[in-house]
Amino acid sequence: MEPFEAIVDEHGVVVMRVCRALLGPDDAQDAWSETFLAALRAYPDLRPDSNVRGWLVTIAHRKAVDQIRKMARAPRSSNELPELGTQDDRAEPDRELRAALDALPTKQRGAVIYRYLADLPYSEVGVLLDSSEVAARRSAADGIATLRKTYRKGTE
Amino acid sequence: MITDTRTDQEIVADLSGAFAGTDAEAVELLAHLAERADHDGLLDVAYRTVDSPVGSLLLAVSPAGLVRVAFEREIFDTVLADLATAISPRILRTGRRTDDVARQLDEYFAGRRRRFDVVVDLQLVHGFRRSVIAHLQEIPYGATESYAAVAIAAGSPAAVRAVGTACAHNPVPLVVPCHRVIRSDGTIGRYLGGAEAKAALLALESDAD
Repeated sequence: MEPFEAIVDEHGVVVMRVCRALLGPDDAQDAWSETFLAALRAYPDLRPDSNVRGWLVTIAHRKAVDQIRKMARAPRSSNELPELGTQDDRAEPDRELRAALDALPTKQRGAVIYRYLADLPYSEVGVLLDSSEVAARRSAADGIATLRKTYRKGTE
Repeated sequence: MITDTRTDQEIVADLSGAFAGTDAEAVELLAHLAERADHDGLLDVAYRTVDSPVGSLLLAVSPAGLVRVAFEREIFDTVLADLATAISPRILRTGRRTDDVARQLDEYFAGRRRRFDVVVDLQLVHGFRRSVIAHLQEIPYGATESYAAVAIAAGSPAAVRAVGTACAHNPVPLVVPCHRVIRSDGTIGRYLGGAEAKAALLALESDAD
């Protein structure tokens, strides 16, 4: 079994991108830490033939869902919302893409993130979204089609 | 108003390059992960590498103490893979728990330290090898002892070759000074870190007052 350090080295970036896409830059760090801590805990029992990236993204998905639920229960007051145009611009050059992603229906958004950011096969995307493989493929295609309309470059 | 609609391929390309964090963030996250893992009792092996006059060294610490010191020629990836198998795959690179021994090694190589004040975890050594390692810890700085003398001290005078094997498999060289064991004819013999490293260590220890 590989040292866990090697797992973080190899997959840390992908998990971070998934967390940022799902949650935004601030909450992504918490989700990333929670994901790898949970993964570290379970790692010795991971079956040797497992798809490690899929396993990690599955944990990240659950952690993100937990975090979104937590935020929904305890909404931030308006003066705690991140101010636009300050720190966020530096932290996130992909603001427009995020806005377009955030506007997608939940399944389409998940399908696009897990297929194209995490590079998971549709069979695994389907498991994460409680969908069939066929439905996951359709959600991803619909998501991209919507992004084509909503995410434009050079908008003036 | 210019509106240039992206193609599907461009959107997919943007997505696969999007939301990357910075390297600084990654370093910080890893440090934070090691800290939390340690706090939660999930850091079974903490390791770091340091530079030294005898080349890069890997230092690995278990909750029970310093469990492994490895020379670069042992190939660190192999050493870590062996630790993952022998102890636990919950291994992270971190200064936590490893800083102290790193500092003491620095002092040793600078000639300012003669004894290591480090708790050693000998879980990787068993049986006769363990009694050899236990005896090695008693050979003082600047002194040497022959393989034959160590065999006698470890309770098996005939086991001279086995002493050589035990030294060659010392999991914590430098801190447990197997470099102080030499041949009866006064030649320095073999060393896990290379004969040159052994000669350098003996020279270091004989130079210091």
